[in-house]
Amino acid sequence: MTTNALRRNGSKGQAGDKVFSGAALGAGILILATLLAVAIFLFIQALPTFTADPTLITGGEGFASYIFPIVIGTVIAAAIALLIATPVGIAVALFISHYAPRRLAAGLGYVIDLLAAIPSVIYGAWGYLVLAPALVPTFQWLAANLGFIPIFAGPASQTGKTILTAGIVLAVMVLPIITSLSREIFLQTPKLHEEAALALGATRWEMITMSVLPFARPGIVSAVMLGLGRALGETMAVALVLSTGGLIPSLIKSGNQTIAAEIALNFPEAFGLRLAELIAAGLVLFVITLVVNLIARAIIARHKEFSGAN
Amino acid sequence: MSATTTRKTPNDSRNVQNPPPVARKRNSLAKGHLPRWAVPGIAAAALILGAAASTLGGFSVATLAIYTAIIFVIASTVITTLVEGPRHGKNTLATNLVYAAFLLALIPLASVLFTVLQKGMPGINTHFLFHSMNGITGAVDNASVENGAPVLGGAYHAVIGTLLITLWSTVISVPVGMLTAIYLVEYGKNGPLARAITFFVDVMTGIPSIVAGLFATALFAVLLGPTARMGIVAAVALSVLMIPTVVRSTEEMLKIVPNELREAAYALGVRKWRTIAKVVIPTAISGIASGVTLAIARVIGETAPILVTAGLANNINVNVFGNWMATLPTFIYYQILTPTSPTNVDPSIQRAWAAALLLIVMVMVLNLGARLVAGLFAPKKGR
Repeated sequence: MTTNALRRNGSKGQAGDKVFSGAALGAGILILATLLAVAIFLFIQALPTFTADPTLITGGEGFASYIFPIVIGTVIAAAIALLIATPVGIAVALFISHYAPRRLAAGLGYVIDLLAAIPSVIYGAWGYLVLAPALVPTFQWLAANLGFIPIFAGPASQTGKTILTAGIVLAVMVLPIITSLSREIFLQTPKLHEEAALALGATRWEMITMSVLPFARPGIVSAVMLGLGRALGETMAVALVLSTGGLIPSLIKSGNQTIAAEIALNFPEAFGLRLAELIAAGLVLFVITLVVNLIARAIIARHKEFSGAN
Repeated sequence: MSATTTRKTPNDSRNVQNPPPVARKRNSLAKGHLPRWAVPGIAAAALILGAAASTLGGFSVATLAIYTAIIFVIASTVITTLVEGPRHGKNTLATNLVYAAFLLALIPLASVLFTVLQKGMPGINTHFLFHSMNGITGAVDNASVENGAPVLGGAYHAVIGTLLITLWSTVISVPVGMLTAIYLVEYGKNGPLARAITFFVDVMTGIPSIVAGLFATALFAVLLGPTARMGIVAAVALSVLMIPTVVRSTEEMLKIVPNELREAAYALGVRKWRTIAKVVIPTAISGIASGVTLAIARVIGETAPILVTAGLANNINVNVFGNWMATLPTFIYYQILTPTSPTNVDPSIQRAWAAALLLIVMVMVLNLGARLVAGLFAPKKGR
């Protein structure tokens, strides 16, 4: 009995196909499993914190009152960063997409990307040794002239290592994220809308407010949210720049603390319950950034057909 | 808009009723334009006024720049508003602010690069590059400060640790990341699993680096006991950060491989996996390589995950499966935060800046290398 030559050849290499598709599928599932494992292992290691006697937790009043001030500190630092980075980042993106000479634009975009390439520990070192001392006179001026506002209450820090300095360093680190995402979206504004606005006699700024910004709004919002995620989770800049302490309203005194910096500063010496506490703090940070990122992704997904930030 | 219209209407109606002689007539559209020298003129005036203002309260380049910028923005806005109208005034203000924002964004970049170069160069020498911190104590630093001798101790152990940990995380992430991207593009076909993976890869991109470090610690604590700190734990932590970057860039590259190439291979009877391995990936390899290089550049400077996974060592350790390991970022961090000699911090600060320079050079070389690879070996476009 003779088998068809084509058919016999047909089974050759089938094993390879199966192995290859299986490996690809396995890798995909591994990623899902990893993310699940992150949540599970953090939870297992953090568990002693939730079951332990509240008086044994740092601060002596349970985990909630331990984590609350540093969550607020994290939010303050991230808020300062975003307040600075959002307007500047959007303006830089506009500069690259609509103001800079066409030939320079690509190169300038790359220069901004370089900001993102510099390792965070170097920003931390820069903030610690260059920016913080440079900001001391400004802080003293703020304390002297605007000290009646609680956030500028004096006496100002003598070293400049305050949450405001940390927020400024974070702003520098978040800026390239906001800029590169917004720039991509600004460039996708339909050319016809822009040209129509210009043809009707609009100035360049009117053209931008009438055609570019409305088109890009969801993209800008998600870019800011992604920047927020980065600012919340950034460790080294805060760990090096901030001279930590309890929660205080003044931004120009040493004090306040963020979750990521709290972990980095205390982890090397931690053991037992303290270790579990820090891992629980990490879990809280994970959940917060997860929620922020999910919101950002949801906004992007809803406007997927318009935006380039996906 | 309305302001201009009301301003022009009387002009226009008069023109229609009683046309003036052609020679004397100014074009109404060209009216109210600032001459071309207005911008440099205002800038020069602002510079002079700014210099005057900054000398009042202690001259410095920073105050000069700030005063000049403020005076220029206000003056050019006011003058444009007066001459060309409020709409153009607003436009000028926006233009100036956009330019100012860009210059503002360049300040930290320039300052960081300048500081690292200026403070890092003195510390870079063969002793620094090829010696570890083994045996370097506070007493050694004190002695070298008192005698004016060169600073001893270097970052050799940290460079080795950085390279090994990055190598291992690359070895873990590249196969997983590439295979996942292949699944997404070639097999998943936008099914529910593929969509879930895409979504969670996006989520993974946003994991804070310190949480990735905690995850690796927690994982190995469950497997090996609570004090397991070694290079491979750090490599796992970095892989969590690296995999999403590799997946995204590989996916983008595989998507732009033309379908005709795949169909041509299938038509010749080539198996799917051989088509992918021999046709699709070679076509996209330059983009994939540059994406992987950028991913390496991203994780090589990570500090927080190393801090909680590999600890800190002062001696050379080439075994990622045992004992603590130093890397350049943690070396910088500890040299600044806990100087070797608490009374004489200068040697530690000098070592930290030298290590920072080394690290920044590595990252920049990787970044430029990635652009170069992408540019040189880009797939040939259809002609």
